[in-house]
Amino acid sequence: MEIQSNNSNRVTLFKKGFFLKFVIIVILVAGLYLYSVRQTNASLPRMFASFPLFFRMLREDFWPPDFAYFSTALNQLIETFNIALISTTLAALLAFPLLFLSSSTVNRHPLSYRSFRFIMTVIRSVPNIIMVVLMVAVVGLGSVSGILALTIYSAAVLIKLTSESVETIDGRPILAIKAIGGNTPQVIRYGILPQLMPLYLSHILYMLEINLKASVVLGFVGAGGIGQLIRRQMSLFRYDRLGMIIFVLFIVISIIDYISQTVRSRLV
Amino acid sequence: MIEFKNVSLTYPNGVKALKNIDLTIQKGEFVVIVGMSGAGKSTLIKTINRLATVTEGEVLVDSENVMRLKENRLRKLRTQIGIIFQDYNLVGRMSAIRNVMVGRLGHTTTFKSIIGRFPQKDLQLAMRNLERVGIGEKAYVRADQLSGGQKQRVSIARVLTQQPKIILADEPVASLDPPTSHKVMRDLKRVSKEDELTTVVNLHFIDLAMEYADRIIGMREGEIVFDGPIEEVSEKTFEEIYGRPIREEEKRGD
Ligand SMILES: Nc1ncnc2c1ncn2[C@@H]1O[C@H](COP(=O)(O)OP(=O)(O)OP(=O)(O)O)[C@@H](O)[C@H]1O
Ligand SMILES: [Mg+2]
Repeated sequence: MEIQSNNSNRVTLFKKGFFLKFVIIVILVAGLYLYSVRQTNASLPRMFASFPLFFRMLREDFWPPDFAYFSTALNQLIETFNIALISTTLAALLAFPLLFLSSSTVNRHPLSYRSFRFIMTVIRSVPNIIMVVLMVAVVGLGSVSGILALTIYSAAVLIKLTSESVETIDGRPILAIKAIGGNTPQVIRYGILPQLMPLYLSHILYMLEINLKASVVLGFVGAGGIGQLIRRQMSLFRYDRLGMIIFVLFIVISIIDYISQTVRSRLV
Repeated sequence: MIEFKNVSLTYPNGVKALKNIDLTIQKGEFVVIVGMSGAGKSTLIKTINRLATVTEGEVLVDSENVMRLKENRLRKLRTQIGIIFQDYNLVGRMSAIRNVMVGRLGHTTTFKSIIGRFPQKDLQLAMRNLERVGIGEKAYVRADQLSGGQKQRVSIARVLTQQPKIILADEPVASLDPPTSHKVMRDLKRVSKEDELTTVVNLHFIDLAMEYADRIIGMREGEIVFDGPIEEVSEKTFEEIYGRPIREEEKRGD
């Protein structure tokens, strides 16, 4: 049999009309870029022109760092770390039972399932900083507001990340446990948790990494810890101390990220 | 004893999977159901522990109407009926013995099972059952690190640990190679006789059916078209059940 090769039944990898769509999308994206460059006045020459200034500042203001400031910086960083640790732990405890409410595998009431997911989406859409500003307004300056804001935010993120995994776990062992006469707690304990736990722990560690960085930033708006210190030293133009703080931050965050990533790669 | 009284089952999408089934399976029998794909074998098995819902007639297990049971009584009944799946349905991340202990859940209080405190005699039962199917030394190996045949043995041990009266097995060896299929079927038959269990097995391969069944039930398009002791069964019987000559690939060989 001869293979037809006239135009009407040419075989292509893409659906017909794909090329046109592709060109339109490229033009749209390029347009957006141009627009944003004009809006922000950004230009490569301007960026390059700022480099010498940047290096001069590093050399003259930040150098030498104030080594005597090391212990103060470290102490504040420990407070920041504690904020991250406490809020991650609280979030993990809070998110765990709620996890099952927001996964259709366990929660079979469509209404409560949907409304719960909706609330979670709303919470996640509030930026961290706004959340802290709100909390500062409620409980005042200091680490408690940071802890509250981070706990709520990371619980919502944890639920989002992990409840999606609950939906994709292997349903066959669950069917087996139900067929054996197991009840819902037993299905969760022996069918779902063994599949879910490594993932959940890994998400918790990831959340700790994120919260550590977030709580540095949140300090700026009054949530305590090293962020507050950075802000104070900046307003005093003590760039030598700032240099020390950044150095300590860099070391500690790198170490914690490294530990967390090593543990996570073992988990999954 | 399992009784089907004029049972029909129509799935919500309109497929008539079972049509007027009348059937009695005595205690201790080892029954094999054969039939072409789509004949309704899996459906028939699932109605026994109500994984599928009959739409007409009644299914009785030890004189109890399965369809009438409330949630609690149904769970109780299910603890009496073990089931073996084609894909084993084990939790890959748990060790073999932990998977076997899942069979014990129906006999353990919720609290004790959640905190994982099983009575020592139950753990010994689990280990003994792993040994009975020849994989005692794999007790602490994770299920996802076992071969297909070993996984199916874990699932047989799980069923035995459940100490049921009935075992249902839906194509238990369909995912295994021929020699392993025979070994697993031999193990299943042996333990089922030792524990005097009523066993209902779906099989695709006619030589496996001929070798291990006490009694063969043939299904076609939702109906029972043959029912008789193994002595009455020949290759001709299968041709009648399938409605056509038997192909070589429908025998598994060894
Ligand atoms: N959950 C379901 N919903 C709707 N129809 C179904 C469902 N399960 C099975 N069926 C249909 O019911 C009929 C019988 O299916 P069943 O699974 O019992 O066949 P089977 O004999 O086990 O086949 P196989 O040998 O392929 O496993 C088929 O036509 C199938 O398409
Ligand atoms: Mg089937």
